[in-house]
Amino acid sequence: MSGIPHDHYEPNTNAEKWIDKRLPIVGLLYDTIKIPTPKNLNWMWIWGIVLMTCLVLQIVTGIVLVMHYTPDADLAFASVEHIMRNVNGGHMLRYLHQNGAMLFFAAVYIHIFRGLYYGSYKSPREVTWILGMFIYLAMMATAFMGYVLPWGQMSFWGATVITGLFGAIPGIGEMLQTWLLGGPAVGNATLTRFFSLHYLLPFVILGLSILHIWAFHTTGNNNPTGVDVRRTSKEEAAKDTLPFWPYFVIKDLFALAVIFALFWALVGFMPQFLGHPDNYIEANPLVTPSHIVPEWYFLPFYAILRAFTSDVWVVMAVNWLSFGIIDAAFFGVLAMFGSIFVMALVPWLDTSNVRSGRYRPMFKWWFWLLVVDFFVLMWAGAMPAEGIYSTISLIGTAYWFGYFLVILPILGVIEKPLPQPATIEEDFKASLKNKSGGNGPSPEPVPAE
Amino acid sequence: MFKKLAVSTIAAAMLASSPALAAGELGKITDYDFSFEGPFGTYDRNQLQRGLQVYTQVCSSCHGLEKVAFRNLSDPNGPELPEEQMRAYAEMYEIWDPELRDWRVAGGPDKFPESQFEGAPDLSLMAKSRVGFSGPYGLGINQLVNGMGGAEYIASFVDGFNGDEKFEAGTMFYYNEASASWVSMAPVLWEDGVEYADGTPATKEQQAKDVAAFLMWTAEPKMVERKQAGFVGVIFLSVLAALLYLTNKQLWAPIKKAAKEE
Repeated sequence: MSGIPHDHYEPNTNAEKWIDKRLPIVGLLYDTIKIPTPKNLNWMWIWGIVLMTCLVLQIVTGIVLVMHYTPDADLAFASVEHIMRNVNGGHMLRYLHQNGAMLFFAAVYIHIFRGLYYGSYKSPREVTWILGMFIYLAMMATAFMGYVLPWGQMSFWGATVITGLFGAIPGIGEMLQTWLLGGPAVGNATLTRFFSLHYLLPFVILGLSILHIWAFHTTGNNNPTGVDVRRTSKEEAAKDTLPFWPYFVIKDLFALAVIFALFWALVGFMPQFLGHPDNYIEANPLVTPSHIVPEWYFLPFYAILRAFTSDVWVVMAVNWLSFGIIDAAFFGVLAMFGSIFVMALVPWLDTSNVRSGRYRPMFKWWFWLLVVDFFVLMWAGAMPAEGIYSTISLIGTAYWFGYFLVILPILGVIEKPLPQPATIEEDFKASLKNKSGGNGPSPEPVPAE
Repeated sequence: MFKKLAVSTIAAAMLASSPALAAGELGKITDYDFSFEGPFGTYDRNQLQRGLQVYTQVCSSCHGLEKVAFRNLSDPNGPELPEEQMRAYAEMYEIWDPELRDWRVAGGPDKFPESQFEGAPDLSLMAKSRVGFSGPYGLGINQLVNGMGGAEYIASFVDGFNGDEKFEAGTMFYYNEASASWVSMAPVLWEDGVEYADGTPATKEQQAKDVAAFLMWTAEPKMVERKQAGFVGVIFLSVLAALLYLTNKQLWAPIKKAAKEE
């Protein structure tokens, strides 16, 4: 599968030859697990495994939860309490599933920012990047619909607000919203269709993830230097790489155990900490909560959505130019989806020839500012949409778009990159010497989410 | 010491996160000490029994507890009423049986009744729907460090009436300092308003704390089991991580050695 030359599976026994002629699955698995992987991968390359584990965790806990859950507007809330109180281990399953979604998003954000920093999106890995963006979109849809299922106050009102976004689309909006909800407002029909799709989409994510892995197994992994693996001969490639099994599997499993120990502490000792308490009040269409706030992992994009009010001059200009078709609400929706769309286009917006941010002295600063911007937007998204918070959201949004649409295209032209190592092998050796003999893996501080 | 360490470890891991947000404006909340705070805190059985008594004699005249079954009163890590006592307690209630289409005396598997009238919310999950009270700027710092949450809110609320009253639009309103607002619920706790079977002096604050602890249990009956599972899991995963660390180190040692010697 990989373009990097390496040893392939040879069936030895007659039985192996028999099966290999008919279904070469052993060879496929062998090549996948033994794929040559750059020696110099650092601790930011562990998040793929964490994400895959999260997906499996969510599917497994989810399947068991479904056995006890009732998708009915009158019974859903009570059935979740039934899981929490009467099902053996149900409280753990449910908390694992609930917090598992949060670990999933924390990991995906680190994974995305890893890709942005080390230029993992650049040629030839554009397809891997685009597939990743589709996975992310599917994750957002899954998480949003899953959050509706417990049928608490935030479930109900979150669904009302978010589906209302589609209502903001001019012309067809109202029709589209009714179609999504299965009625004029959030109700039983909404719950049942969200339940069905919440069960379906994880398997779509699984399929997309397999394509995502297939794509980067074809191009080979990126690495912290962004320098390509030498491919002229098997011997040369072997100097830059090590087989995935056992070297990276064990390394990843170690990181996974550390992350899951922290995750388990969160689930065991403070499972409500990141959730919204209002969701322990059953959905009530007659009572609107004072603040409707989405889960933390949606907050940066929620801030972008709310940043554009009708008094912002861009909105006024667009409104005037479009003869009033694009109003503030629709503008916000376009901005929110646009913020992810520009990120998906980054392979073509970044004009620099250098892949890794390590050798881009100016890029580094802008990149870290983007990370800060992400957290500022997350915070602004949790605050009420008024006064200073709106201004902060607007500035944060402007930077988000500015980074992708202005800064990256210009940087590639004006920036003078630092010298890159000639080979991965060279970088690997240099990194060992810099550590003055200490060869224990010392995890980089993990950005907390 | 260990407890403090555990809390600060989790705190460090979670600091940059965006935690549960306060549901609304809040007034004066007292940080009471409860036995169930912290990663190793458990429910105090005697306190839960006293809280049950306060609920039964005071709250239950208006508020329901519809998610809790009478048999849960005998569950481990709860009030742990002996079986006969639990049944005797259940028999004080009459419930509507949809199969008999008649009222009948309640038994162990039955649930507490719903609220008596619409204005009184059900209390089963009240403590959990109020954990959002979480300190300055809604950052969850108090909740994290002091274990402040729904139980503190409930205790502060029921003990938080300052005596001000007003009559408006045909309803009596009472000022509550914990919610910093006028509420339609009247003050219900009085000094020695109940007489505790275990002889604990029934001050107003004591009753407030006891019923808050009881309602924390009704909201999170599996808390102790959850913390045990958390503790075992963290230990297990830490040992696993240590073993994998050593495995990884040994696995990479020859590779790194070769790279350095060249």
